Amino acid sequence: MPKTGIGVTVIRKEACNKVTGDAKYTNDFISVGILTAKMVTSTCAHAAIKKIDIAQASSLPGVRAIITGDNCSVIYGPLLEDRPPLAHKKVRYYGEPIALVVADNEFIASQAVFLIKVEYEPLPVVNSPSEAIRQGAVILHENLGSYKTVVEDVYPKPGTNICDQKQIRKGDIQKGFFESDIIEEARFILPQSDHIAMETRTAQAKINADGTVFIRSASQAPHGIKKEISKVFGLEEGKVIVEVPFVGGGFGGKASIQLELLAYMASKAVGGREIKIINSRENDIVTSPCRMGLEAIIKLGASKDGKLKAIQMTYLVDTGAYSDTGPRLARAIAVDCTGPYNIDNVWCDVLCVYTNHPYVTAFRGFGHASYTFCIERMIDKLARRLQMDPAEFRKINSLLPNHTTPTQVKVTESNFGNLVACIDKLKTLINWEEGDRLEIGNDKIKAKGMACLWKTSNSPPDEVSGVFLTFNEDGSINLNCGCVEYGPAMKTTAAQILSEKLKMDINRIYVNMDVNTKYSPKHWKTVASMTTFMLGRAVLRAAEDVIRQLKSLAAVVLRCPPENLEVEDEKIYVKSDPAIFLNFKDLVHGYKYNNGNSVEGQILGRGSFIMSDINVLDKETGKGKAGPYWTVGAQAVEIEFDKKEYTYRFIKAATVMDAGNLLNPSMAESLVKGGMCMGLGLGSRECFNYGPEGEVLDTSLRSYKVMHFGETPQYLVEFVETPQLDSPYEARGIAEHGIIGIPAALGNALSVAVQAELDELPLVPETIWRIKTGGVL
Amino acid sequence: MYSLKGKNIVQLNVNKEIHDVVIRPSDVLLNTLRDQLGLTGAKPGCENGDCGACTVLIDGWPVKSCLMLTVEALGKKITTVEGLKNVPIQKAFIEKFAFQCGYCTSGFLLVCHALATIHPYPPDIVIDEWLQSNICRCTSYEEIGNAVRAILSGEI
Repeated sequence: MPKTGIGVTVIRKEACNKVTGDAKYTNDFISVGILTAKMVTSTCAHAAIKKIDIAQASSLPGVRAIITGDNCSVIYGPLLEDRPPLAHKKVRYYGEPIALVVADNEFIASQAVFLIKVEYEPLPVVNSPSEAIRQGAVILHENLGSYKTVVEDVYPKPGTNICDQKQIRKGDIQKGFFESDIIEEARFILPQSDHIAMETRTAQAKINADGTVFIRSASQAPHGIKKEISKVFGLEEGKVIVEVPFVGGGFGGKASIQLELLAYMASKAVGGREIKIINSRENDIVTSPCRMGLEAIIKLGASKDGKLKAIQMTYLVDTGAYSDTGPRLARAIAVDCTGPYNIDNVWCDVLCVYTNHPYVTAFRGFGHASYTFCIERMIDKLARRLQMDPAEFRKINSLLPNHTTPTQVKVTESNFGNLVACIDKLKTLINWEEGDRLEIGNDKIKAKGMACLWKTSNSPPDEVSGVFLTFNEDGSINLNCGCVEYGPAMKTTAAQILSEKLKMDINRIYVNMDVNTKYSPKHWKTVASMTTFMLGRAVLRAAEDVIRQLKSLAAVVLRCPPENLEVEDEKIYVKSDPAIFLNFKDLVHGYKYNNGNSVEGQILGRGSFIMSDINVLDKETGKGKAGPYWTVGAQAVEIEFDKKEYTYRFIKAATVMDAGNLLNPSMAESLVKGGMCMGLGLGSRECFNYGPEGEVLDTSLRSYKVMHFGETPQYLVEFVETPQLDSPYEARGIAEHGIIGIPAALGNALSVAVQAELDELPLVPETIWRIKTGGVL
Repeated sequence: MYSLKGKNIVQLNVNKEIHDVVIRPSDVLLNTLRDQLGLTGAKPGCENGDCGACTVLIDGWPVKSCLMLTVEALGKKITTVEGLKNVPIQKAFIEKFAFQCGYCTSGFLLVCHALATIHPYPPDIVIDEWLQSNICRCTSYEEIGNAVRAILSGEI
């Protein structure tokens, strides 16, 4: 039997290239004569630009062009057009691009950047989301009312710093609180942080003599770049060609478009010559979009017997200086605002607000890790007030089939999975019954906390994926798709699905690792843990397409009805007598009879998928469906806390996820663990600290700390497998989810250990000490 | 000690081959390897010595090539990931799922390979100390730990 498809651990297709240095990333395409573009960035978070003096820099030998906001009338935004690619008259965040130097090489470009003098007139800053909505707050965008909205469901409020507002109104909130015996209220603060993909963002551009534009980029959205570049600069879509090779980590940060616009502008400024723009780590942290910050006030009520009755929430999303993806993050939070719990009365306002912080984009979990911290801390607080076991409290309030979500979507076993089973399995895994707080001597406390998670996709309602299949003469297959390979092995998953459907050896399926928009079918963006679902469905259709063609050709040759035939192991055989068969290789480039006569040509397979059944949410109530399914799970963290030092170390981190049917078990486990590791970083250290003038203080990996080897706990990962009936082989997306509940589980564990309410992130020892003691020595 | 001024043609010993390169005194080894020799396995990640994606071996010891001047590498044996030919750690990284996006992989492979060569029987604390020099943002590090332990134990 050949090695087929799903449910078995498969080594990723590009494995050999990645352990030999052979895998090429955008910046590894080094060509002779390519020019370097480099940004001058703002040293103020909010200021009027009085003057940009480029005289000295311009006269430097080897400088080919300098562009400032004055040379550029473009204003861009994927949802709300509010951002000039180069600041014009005003800067709104620390690190904002102001000018672009194009020079012969990095060395000269750096010298020129140094010689450009910018004169600022500082303006008062908005340094937090709550400041942004205060009466009399400085307004970042005076022209908010005249900005063009790109999508129908973004609702800016001119005259304020609110660029979008989403709300959920379900049930009767007053009645809900009236029925509640116990009500908890708390406020949460979570600062912005960064993706820190190991490959910084980078782009190359060239404008050819025939007017075609070539862009190579480290991006999760090649087709998105093509669309936006053509729209923004008024080019025919077919003339914009975008290539994306391997991408060195994305985590959402490469789903937005920024450097590509600058790369095109830079190339245009030098007559179309090839240019590259590479983010330094510092630029990648502050200049390119980061992860949202969040402030929240939550009021949660339950009856004495522990049933959740009502929840009222105000979330302030810190979108930074420009909207970019912020409004979609606001919507994602609104859609799943309660966590995976059944609450009949929900009142939720999510305001997406401008501040003088770096602007934001998607980040693994798409807002969910942030609000989940707030909700899961609330659940723990309430459970303790009720003197109930937090695990039991979560179980009795879990959403179940026939309940409805905050946006009033009916829950089914297929679209939601089984959270209760996840909690039960987690309890065993983490030895929950042992107790959540143990004094173990030497001022040390061992404590556990848990959190539940859910996430749906928040995809645009009409997004597509597609697949082309071609055959090699030996019967092997080339699978061409438009999704980007940046880590989670989605291309390998596509090959697994094809191999399962055609019952053929996965090693005989070749997948394009790079994407070129000229040749690869459109795939929306490689985001939202949706690739297996969307691309997988397209693969299945393409497989059906080639099976139909193969059977119809073989039926002629074998003189039987096509339905008598079956496909397996690169053969088409007669079901009733498998000894009668034809090989793929005899059919896939046409069949040749003995006398040389030939029929049919190449077999070309195509498969297409469009998202269906998703809609725009009602503006008043939020009613509507944002994504096709949820992935749910339960997570726990066990720590050892030192009462004297306020330090702690991770002992265990556990996840039980309802993954539907597991396609590639070891890969799935590794993706979940990777998410958990990042979640421990978010919970324990990762954040932007801002200075009083809104400047980001942590702009390098020297001070912005991430998890390192040797700090990690023992990871425990298990799965529940509730089939998702409309997904390829009943699998659910899991790539992001490992991160979502971990900061909350850590917050709960530490709150138990410290016996204080730890409602901010990250939980560094100083923060814990300040909250516990009130900051008194 | 070398004394250089302006542009110079010098010889580098990379992956057991001698190469002529043109360098200025301020040129950084990472850029020379990538831009002049096309050895792009060493990656820029921070160019500040914090992430280790650019790690190469200098006379068998892991060094962050973004922190080393090219001139400092003269007369030394440089090994990049392209110089690893079917060594056990490559197989171990594949089998133990020790990478996802692959960007940090070259650096980690070289650190692990050097560790196994220099300390064939390291206690855990030495493994931790060595591998803390690099950052991986995709995996949980557990997989990288499993890979290095697999070669140290002879499993792979």
